[in-house]
Amino acid sequence: MRINTHPILEFKRGAAVTITFDGKPIEARDNETIAVALHAAGIRNIGRSMNLHRDRGLFCAIGNCSSCMMIVDGVPNVRTCLELCRDGMTVETQHDKGVLA
Amino acid sequence: MIKTDLLVIGAGPAGLCAAVAAGESGKDVLILERSHTPGGQLVKQTHMFFGSEKQHAATRGFDIASILLDKLNAMSNVRMVTNATVLAAYDDGLWTADILGKYEKIMPQAVVCATGANEKSLAFPGCDLPGVYGAGAVQTLMNQYGVLPAERAVMLGAGNIGLIVSYQLLQAGVKVLAVAEGSARIGGYLVHAAKLRRMGVPIMTAHTVKAAYGKESLEAVTLWALDDKWQGIPGTEITYRADTLCVAVGLSPLSELLWQAGCKMLYVPALGGHVPYRDDNLRTSLPHIFVAGDAAGVEEASSAMVEGTLAGLSAAEYLNAAPADIKERKNDCLSQLAQLRSGHVGERISAGLELARIKEAAGIC
Ligand SMILES: Cc1cc2nc3c(=O)[nH]c(=O)nc-3n(C[C@H](O)[C@H](O)[C@H](O)COP(=O)(O)OP(=O)(O)OC[C@H]3O[C@@H](n4cnc5c(N)ncnc54)[C@H](O)[C@@H]3O)c2cc1C
Ligand code: FES
Repeated sequence: MRINTHPILEFKRGAAVTITFDGKPIEARDNETIAVALHAAGIRNIGRSMNLHRDRGLFCAIGNCSSCMMIVDGVPNVRTCLELCRDGMTVETQHDKGVLA
Repeated sequence: MIKTDLLVIGAGPAGLCAAVAAGESGKDVLILERSHTPGGQLVKQTHMFFGSEKQHAATRGFDIASILLDKLNAMSNVRMVTNATVLAAYDDGLWTADILGKYEKIMPQAVVCATGANEKSLAFPGCDLPGVYGAGAVQTLMNQYGVLPAERAVMLGAGNIGLIVSYQLLQAGVKVLAVAEGSARIGGYLVHAAKLRRMGVPIMTAHTVKAAYGKESLEAVTLWALDDKWQGIPGTEITYRADTLCVAVGLSPLSELLWQAGCKMLYVPALGGHVPYRDDNLRTSLPHIFVAGDAAGVEEASSAMVEGTLAGLSAAEYLNAAPADIKERKNDCLSQLAQLRSGHVGERISAGLELARIKEAAGIC
């Protein structure tokens, strides 16, 4: 959920863009990361563990922990907490170590 | 191949101050920052800073970042590149980076490593469920991007980060059910703790998480009391219906690049983990590599800024571009650091720093 009123902060939202997550369209802003846009849409399960296939969420949000890796525009192992949304971007859950197309 | 006099890795408070200090010497400075925005942890800190005027006390973290960025923008010899992750250091002095998705080689004369720190985690049943976050991640979500993690949170850790992020969760409209702290005392400043108590949040000392539950993501958290040997006491369990668990149990220095570069390292619990040996000028065991901020030992943003300035001055000196008043400026940094490190938390840090200090006479090789 996006915060609309905050006692100290004012959020400058970027331009509206649409990304697709596992085929579903998600409204996003071009100055937020993929993981943030998914959170705003109520999606917190973004990564997957490789062996036990357990869902993973954000842990660090600054690129340190690899818990948020997904396939973005066909490229696996993208840390979605760092990558900004672009219009038309496709984002998919990654179930394995990832292979380059 | 990119050539530069000084490479600064990381654009948090330490890296920005290092770049300002070194930039004033006229040398070419390249700052590489992994994120798409500079400022490091400062950009998500909405509270006013302590410390003295020199470290921007009473200014909010994100305003400090923009003051520093304005200074850098005015210098034509300083270049900042975001979306740029430094990947590796090689024996011949070469560094590599992923810059906007391209693999680049960099050959700097000197390096200031200001990569910051990594949030620590804890192992408990359910610790990998979505909804279990580092407290800093929640701060990033809320304060930098204006997005809520969820609705009902439990905080683990009553150090400054745990206390401050709990307060910020309340400000953003998230219910904070409890703050659990393993040790018998609150670690952070009591002003922050008092604010939470006034808002009705229980702070449970000598308590920790027993387990986190949930089918697809976090649904409940069980806390329990700890005895004086830090063992859970059966029968004291309390379960909260929570969709968010923030883990604020400390940070460890992001010092891998220094390790790889060949700097001599030491494990110092008081500094959060492995840190490089360094002398009073923040020079590591390798003469051209300097370190500053959390990467040198986890402290806070005020000391990171002063260390950044000191490392930037030392790097300029190494590059034969020391300003005329370098002695006074370095001494000023050292006395600011001594002041920031007074008090009981500072004592522990100072003792840790002493272990990793390269003493002039003894030398390290
Ligand atoms: C959740 C949280 C709350 C905090 N609250 C407070 C507070 O209230 N008051 C206070 O004084 N301090 C606080 N701190 C501590 C303070 O923010 C840090 O001590 C300070 O930011 C350290 O500055 P730094 O420049 O060393 O690191 P950082 O601010 O972490 O900056 C490091 C930068 O380096 C970049 N980086 C890392 N690796 C690479 C790489 N390989 N290539 C390129 N760039 C890289 C990172 O993206 C980051 O921008 C808090 C810290 C956290 C995590
Ligand atoms: S959440 Fe840790 S790398 Fe993205």
